[in-house]
Amino acid sequence: MSATVGEVEAEATVADREPALVVNQLTKRFGERTAFSDVSFEVAHGEVFGFLGPNGAGKTTTVRTLGTLIAPTSGSAIVAGIPLSPANGVEIRQRISIMPESPGLYLRLTVTENLEYFAGLYGLRQPAQRIASALAAVNLGDRAGDLCGGLSKGLRQRVGLARTLLSDPVIMFLDEPTSGLDPVAAREVHNLINQLRERGVTIFLTTHRLEEAEKLCDRVAILNTTLRSIGRPEELRERLFKGGLTIKTRVPLSDPEQLFSPIPGVDAWSSERPGFYLLSVSDPEVAAPEVTRRLVGAGADVLAIGEARHSLEDVYLELIDEDVEAQR
Amino acid sequence: MALNAARVGAVVRKELRDYRRKRSIVATMVILPAVFLIQPSLAVFLSSPSTATAQTFRVSLLLLLLIPVITPSTLAAYAVVGEREQGTLEPLLTTPLRRQEFILGKAAAVMIPTLALSYAVFGLFLGVVRVFANPTIASDVFHQGPILLALFLFTPLLAGWAIVVGLAVSVRASEVRVAQQLGMLASLPTLGVVILMGVGVITPTFTVAAAFAAGLLVIDVRASRIVSRMFDRERLITGAKAVEP
Repeated sequence: MSATVGEVEAEATVADREPALVVNQLTKRFGERTAFSDVSFEVAHGEVFGFLGPNGAGKTTTVRTLGTLIAPTSGSAIVAGIPLSPANGVEIRQRISIMPESPGLYLRLTVTENLEYFAGLYGLRQPAQRIASALAAVNLGDRAGDLCGGLSKGLRQRVGLARTLLSDPVIMFLDEPTSGLDPVAAREVHNLINQLRERGVTIFLTTHRLEEAEKLCDRVAILNTTLRSIGRPEELRERLFKGGLTIKTRVPLSDPEQLFSPIPGVDAWSSERPGFYLLSVSDPEVAAPEVTRRLVGAGADVLAIGEARHSLEDVYLELIDEDVEAQR
Repeated sequence: MALNAARVGAVVRKELRDYRRKRSIVATMVILPAVFLIQPSLAVFLSSPSTATAQTFRVSLLLLLLIPVITPSTLAAYAVVGEREQGTLEPLLTTPLRRQEFILGKAAAVMIPTLALSYAVFGLFLGVVRVFANPTIASDVFHQGPILLALFLFTPLLAGWAIVVGLAVSVRASEVRVAQQLGMLASLPTLGVVILMGVGVITPTFTVAAAFAAGLLVIDVRASRIVSRMFDRERLITGAKAVEP
């Protein structure tokens, strides 16, 4: 008996509410070496999830494990609604797509022939339409007949992206998609990922380009064999760093200690160069007006005052430095 | 577990396309069989009816059996390690393609041109003998019943053997050149049998031909299953063997 439209819609709604990816205490060891350990997180449908970490942190191995290319040592995961297990490998791979760091195209075949091959492997109906639509999505419609061997690295990367789009996957795993690309080509890939986000595609993006993660990702996880932190970039900043105010004066203050220390809400101050001051405050919005009043009252020539912004890079480096310190 | 014919077909189509685009592959496939035509042609056209013996033609015809062994060995040996070297294996393994489908597709893609070339060469040789050779010698050649049967019967079986050995080497090898050199080992048993028949240790009869064919069929089927089991995604991607949790 076939399901009614209402039942199908209800099932779809439930599926949408469930995370696209659930990872629970997943661990992978190669003999004595631990690739990643005790990793747990969830990725919602339509989310762009950044997976950051230094080289050798276990990012690619995590992707390969979730993509059923390699078996986890322990832990569990649900990928696109299907429990991760060797028996479910084909079904999981049918629902996801992975773009490895190198697109791995057949250079003697044309762009279309490469995509035809993969359309065949996914058993897609109306492959010609799907190929045309995937190529249009990556703005490669006019290069469909070109041999892949003749394409630039950036264009090959776009073909790789088109290939991951072919099967209309529940989750796209993009492993370092801008690795080795020049800034222009990398920006094109960023634009494509943004377009995919607008279409509601769930993307799992591994990268060590922090500005890329900050620009593209809804949430990020920082991995260094174990999961060090997870959340929205601004959440990670708030979690790791106290608020701060930056002050720039035309002439260095004669006695900054006497000026800043008595201000309520100012916990500490520092100055790396004359005329520049960084105040550590519990709430920048509360402290800023009083700091401004005190500076003006002291006759300081204030050129600028603003909230100190910590980048994702600061968060990342702080966490990775902690690991380096712990290993010493 | 059912194999998906569409996925196997996709692998075969892509492989044949890839061969056609690489002239060196086509050239190698055509030149090797041509080389194996030289000795049988000399035996037929330089022998006089008074001096030629049945043994002369027997060995010459048996040498043609090396064509379906040697032609596919380099292609099969390249099949997996080649994909690995050019970085196309990992994307392929991320698709729903099962390992058995991959192996079957690769094997079929090597088998098709091998059979076409081998039978074309046999047909060409016999046709030329029929039309241009001395009628007595032509009659001697066409009276080698068990050998002619072996040519037709053994060709797919020997090609299957060479392909399975080549794929086994390819799944395990870390480098294309090593795989292709080791893949040539598949021709040694065939060469051995030809030599044994040539020196009269084994007498080719219909019974012997049928027994060899049955034995080869069993070996091919078992060996192909072993190759499928040797295909370990984890080892191919990371170099480390998968360990059960």
